[in-house]
Amino acid sequence: MTNGVPRRLAQAVVVLWAAFTLSFVILYLLPGDAVLAKLGGGEGGSTVTAADVARERAALGLDDPVVVQYGKRLVAAAQGDFGRSIATGEDATTLVLNALPSTLSITGLGLLFAVVFGGAIAILGTYTRSRLLSQFLASLPPLGNSLPPFWVGLMLIQVFSFDLGLVPALGSDGFSSLVLPAVTLALPTGAIIGQVLAKSLRTQLDEPYVEVVLAKGAGRARVHFGHVLRNAALPALTLVGVLAGNLLAGSVITESVFSRDGIGRVTASAVSAQDIPVVQAVIVLAALFFVVLNLVVDLLYPVLDPRLAGRVTAKAVSGV
Amino acid sequence: MSSLAPPNAVRQELGFYLRRPGLVLSGAVIVFVLLCAVAPELFTSQDPIAGVPAERLQGPSAAHLFGTDETGRDVFARVVHGAALSLRATVLSVLVSLIAGAALGLLAGSRGGWVDSLVMRVVDVLQSVPSILLSLALVTALGFGTTNVAIAVGVANLATFARLMRAEVLRVRTGVFVEAARAAGVRWTGVLARHILPNSLGPVLVLATLSFGTAVLEVSALSFLGYGATPPTPEWGSLVAGGRGFLATAWWMTTFPGLTVAAVVLATNRISRALDGERRLG
Amino acid sequence: MSALLEIRDLVVSYHTRSGVVPAVRGADLAVAPGEIVAVVGESGSGKSTTAHAAIGLLPRGGRVESGSITFAGRDLTGLSDKQWQQVRGSDIALVPQDPTVSLDPVRRVGEQVAEVLLVHRLVPRRAAAAEAVRLLRTAGITEPERRARQYPHELSGGLRQRVLIAIALAGRPRLIIADEPTSALDVTVQREILDHLEGLAAESGTAVLLITHDLGIAADRAARVVVMSQGEVVETGSTREILTAPAHAYTRELLAAAPSLSREPLRARLDAGPDVLLAVNGVSKSFDGRTRVVDDVSFTLTRGRTLALVGESGSGKTTTARMVVGLETPTDGTVTFDGNDITTLGREELRLLRRRFQLVYQNPYASLNPRFTIEEVITEPLRAFGVGSPAERRTRAAELLDQVALPSSMLARKPAELSGGQRQRAAIARALALHPDLLVCDEPVSALDVSVQAQILRLLVRLQEELGLTYLFITHDLAVVREIADHIAVMRDGSVVEHGPADTVLTTPNAQYTKDLLAAIPGAVAPDPIR
Repeated sequence: MTNGVPRRLAQAVVVLWAAFTLSFVILYLLPGDAVLAKLGGGEGGSTVTAADVARERAALGLDDPVVVQYGKRLVAAAQGDFGRSIATGEDATTLVLNALPSTLSITGLGLLFAVVFGGAIAILGTYTRSRLLSQFLASLPPLGNSLPPFWVGLMLIQVFSFDLGLVPALGSDGFSSLVLPAVTLALPTGAIIGQVLAKSLRTQLDEPYVEVVLAKGAGRARVHFGHVLRNAALPALTLVGVLAGNLLAGSVITESVFSRDGIGRVTASAVSAQDIPVVQAVIVLAALFFVVLNLVVDLLYPVLDPRLAGRVTAKAVSGV
Repeated sequence: MSSLAPPNAVRQELGFYLRRPGLVLSGAVIVFVLLCAVAPELFTSQDPIAGVPAERLQGPSAAHLFGTDETGRDVFARVVHGAALSLRATVLSVLVSLIAGAALGLLAGSRGGWVDSLVMRVVDVLQSVPSILLSLALVTALGFGTTNVAIAVGVANLATFARLMRAEVLRVRTGVFVEAARAAGVRWTGVLARHILPNSLGPVLVLATLSFGTAVLEVSALSFLGYGATPPTPEWGSLVAGGRGFLATAWWMTTFPGLTVAAVVLATNRISRALDGERRLG
Repeated sequence: MSALLEIRDLVVSYHTRSGVVPAVRGADLAVAPGEIVAVVGESGSGKSTTAHAAIGLLPRGGRVESGSITFAGRDLTGLSDKQWQQVRGSDIALVPQDPTVSLDPVRRVGEQVAEVLLVHRLVPRRAAAAEAVRLLRTAGITEPERRARQYPHELSGGLRQRVLIAIALAGRPRLIIADEPTSALDVTVQREILDHLEGLAAESGTAVLLITHDLGIAADRAARVVVMSQGEVVETGSTREILTAPAHAYTRELLAAAPSLSREPLRARLDAGPDVLLAVNGVSKSFDGRTRVVDDVSFTLTRGRTLALVGESGSGKTTTARMVVGLETPTDGTVTFDGNDITTLGREELRLLRRRFQLVYQNPYASLNPRFTIEEVITEPLRAFGVGSPAERRTRAAELLDQVALPSSMLARKPAELSGGQRQRAAIARALALHPDLLVCDEPVSALDVSVQAQILRLLVRLQEELGLTYLFITHDLAVVREIADHIAVMRDGSVVEHGPADTVLTTPNAQYTKDLLAAIPGAVAPDPIR
C-alpha cells in the first residue's frame, strides 16, 4: 500500500492534465468565436471593425499556433492561472475561487441531506417487514431522479416562500436561505445514494453468509447492522467522487433558480458570454474535486475492506 | 414457453400488462407526447406563439387546460407544440451517445491492447467532469440553439455507453460459449458478429432507453438556463423558465410544463425498467 | 417416541411471481439423539428445502404449508421469530454448502465464531474471544490464535469449512444440519472434514442431519439413509438395507448411477494401441513468468483409447487440456497431433486442424450461446468450415441429435429450454459435427446430477465404440475415471505424479498422492451393493 500512494498521486495528476486538455480541445479548438461574442455582445449592437477583432485576438493570445497556445496555457494553468475573464477582465481563477465558499455551503448541506435521507430510505426500505412500506420507499429514489431539479426548486419557492412564508425565496443571506437550495441539490444525489445503497443491501441480504448469521440465532437487527450494512456500504463509497461532482454541477441550476451567488452563477453567466477562461477554470476545478475525493476513497478503501488491505487496489480512481 | 398455443400466449401477454397498470400508463404517456411531436394540431387548435392579450394570466379552465401566460398564450398549446423540439433534441442526444459510445466501447473491448487503453483513458476523463458542466463547455464552444444543446448532452453522456459496451464485450468475450465457438474452428470475425455483438448489445440498448429520461432532464435544464431555442419558440425547459417571474401570481405557468417533463421521464424510466428484466422474469 | 427431530407430512412450497411451486410434498423423517441420518437426492428432490425448513431458514418465498416439525417434543412450525432465534445456534445448528461464500468477508474469523456465544449469552463478553480460539482448535485448526485474527479470504476453503463447523459447535447444539458440507471442496479435503465432523458429533453426542447428493458419502457416514425424489421421501432405512436391498425403483437407479459405488468399467479396458494420435512432450506453462502452472508434462494417447487426466483444483489439468487444443500456447514443450506440432502452427493452419479435435466443456449452461437455437449450435462448426448446403447441414444436425439420443424436435429450441443433461448432449453433438478424431472432455459430467452423469458417460462410451473416437478426459473424480479410462495420468501441482494403465493405477498405485485420492473416494467402506 505504501508504494501505491505515489502511483495513485501520479494517476490523479494525469487525470487533471487530461481534463485540462479536454477542456482546451473543446473550448479553444472547436468552432465558435468568443471575441465576436464579447465585442458584439455589448448593448446597442455597436459596429465591430476587423481591426478591433484582431487587436482583441492578439491580446488574448488567440493568434499563436495551436501547439504554442496549448503549451503556454498548460504551463500557466499548472500555476493556477487560466487567464483573464473575457467578459469582465478579472482573473478567472480569482473569480471562481471567490465564488467557491457560497457554493460549498449549499453543496455541503445538500450532501448531508442526501446521505441522511438517501441512507435512511435504503436502510429502512430493506429492513422493514411491511411490504407496502418497503415498496413505497423503493419507489422514492426513481421518483427523485425523474423530477427536473430546476422545477423542483421553483415549486419549493412557491410552496415554502410564497404560500407558507417560511423561508426567504431568493438571496444568499442567513442559514434559512440555504435550506431550499440544499434540498433541491440533495434530491437527485439522495436518490442515487438511496438507489445504490438499497440495491447493494438487497444483494448482500441474499449472500449465503447471512444464512449462517441467522443460523447462529442472531436477530434481524444484528444481521442488518452488524454484517450487511458494512458490506453494502463499501461499493456505495466509490460513488462519492461522482456525487460531489454532481452536486457542484447541480449548483449551476440551483443557484440560478434561487438567484444565489456562487460557482454555478459564475458558470452560467460565463457560458452565456462565451467566457472561455472562466468556463475552463470551472471545469478543471470540478475535475480536481473528483480526483481528490476519489484519491481519498481509494486510499481509505483498503482500511475499510480487509480483502484489499496490503494489496494494490483496483483502479478506483478511473471511475465508477 | 414458446411452444404454447397462440390464444394462451395472447392471454399471458395480456395478463402481463394487466398486472402492471403503471407500465401501461407509461406507454400511454409516451405515445401521447410522440403524437404531440408529430401532429400537435390533434390536441389543440390554439396558437402557441400569438397570444390573446385579453385572456392573459388566466388560471386553468376548460378553455385553457394549463391556463394562459403573460401575453395570453395558451400554456397547454405551448406544451403540446414544444414537444416536437424537446423530443427531437432528446432523441438526437441519445443517438449521439449511443452510436458514438457503443462504437468506442466495441473498439476498445474487441481490439484490446493500446487501443483499449487509449479509448478508456479518454472515457475516464469524460467521466471525471460532471456531464452538465461538460455539456455547458460544449455549448460555450458550439454556440446556443437546440441542436447544439442536444449534441452537447449526447457527447457528455457517451462515456457511460462506451464503458458499458466495453464491459459487455469483455464479459461475453470471455464467455465459455465464445471460446467454444473458437475451439470449434469459427473465425474471429464470425465470433464477433454472431456471438459477441448480439449478446452484448442488449444491456446497451436498455441503457439507451434509461438515458432517454436523463437526456430529457438535461436538455430541458440547458433550455431552462436559456441556451436552447430563442424565446417565442416553445420548448419545455424554457417554458418553465418563462414562468419564473410569475411564481407568486400564476403558478400554472411553471407547474404544468415541469410536470410534463417529470411525467415523460418517469414513463421512460418505467419502460426501461420493464425492458431490463421484468419481461424475462415474468 | 424418542426422536430428537421428527418431521411429519411436511409440505413446503415456494411462492413466486409466476405462481406457487411445490418443493416438498409430504416428507417424513426422524433423527434420534446422537444419530447421523443422511438425506440423499438429486437437485430438485427437496432435500435441501426440508433441511432448511427444520431450522426455519427457507429461502425467500418458501412457506411451510402443512405438516409438523417436532424438535425434542416441541413443534417448531408455529414459532415466532424470537423463539426461532433461541432455537437456532443453541438447539439446531447449520453447516452450509459453500464455505467460500458463507462467512462475512469483512469480519475477523474469531469474531464470527464468538458471535454465537454472544447472541446466546453463553460466556461473558470478555471471555468470548478466548472461547472462540478454543472452538477453532476443536474444529481442527492449527494456530487458532493467529487464525482467529484473520479474515475469511486469508483462509483456504477447507479451513473456512472448519471455521463454519466451529460456529456450528459453539452453541453446543443437539442437532447439526449439514447441507452438502463438502461438495465445494477437493476430495481429499472433503474426507478430512467429514471425518472431523463425524468425530466431533460422536464425542459430544450431537445428532447430524447430513444432506448429500452422493450416496457414497451417505454410505460412509450415516446410520440411516432417507432417499428423496421430486419432493417426496421414497425410501427410508438403515444404510445397510438401502445399499444391499433397496426397495424402491428410484433408489436402485440412484445406486446404479452412483459412480463412487461402482466397481466395474463401462466397457472392457483396452491396451495402448499402435497408432499414436496425440503426443504431449515436456509441456510447461507459466502465466506470470515465474510459477509454472504446468511443469514438464508428457503423455501419449493412442487412437480409440481414453486417457483420463486426474487432479484436484489447481493441479494444472485444465491448462494442460487447453494447450492440447491450442487455446493456450505452452511456454515450453510440444503438442503433436497426428504428426503436426500444433504449437508451431499459424493461426489459420491451427483453425483448419481444429476440425479434427474438438472440446466438450464442463458447464453446459455456459458453453452454448443463449441466443442460438440448438440447430444453430450444432451446425456452427459445419458453417465455419463451409461444409454442405443449409439443407444438408440441417439433415446432419438431425442425424447428430439422433446419435446423442435427443429428439429432432429439439432443433428449434433454445438452450434455456433444455435440461442440463440435454444441453450437454447438444454440446457433444456439436463436437461430433465435423467427424473429429479426438474429443477433449473437460469435466463433462461434474455439473450434472448423478443419474444424468451416468447417462452421459454411457453415451460417451457408446459413441467411442461406434465412431472410433479417442478421448482425453479431464476430471477430478477418480470414481468417474474408474468407469471409463484405459489409461490414467494423475496430476498434482502442475506435474504428472503417476501414469499408467487404469487397472494398475487404481489397484496398485505407486504415488502416495494417488493412494490418498483413492482412499478419499466416498463409498469405500460401504458394503458391496448388489447391482
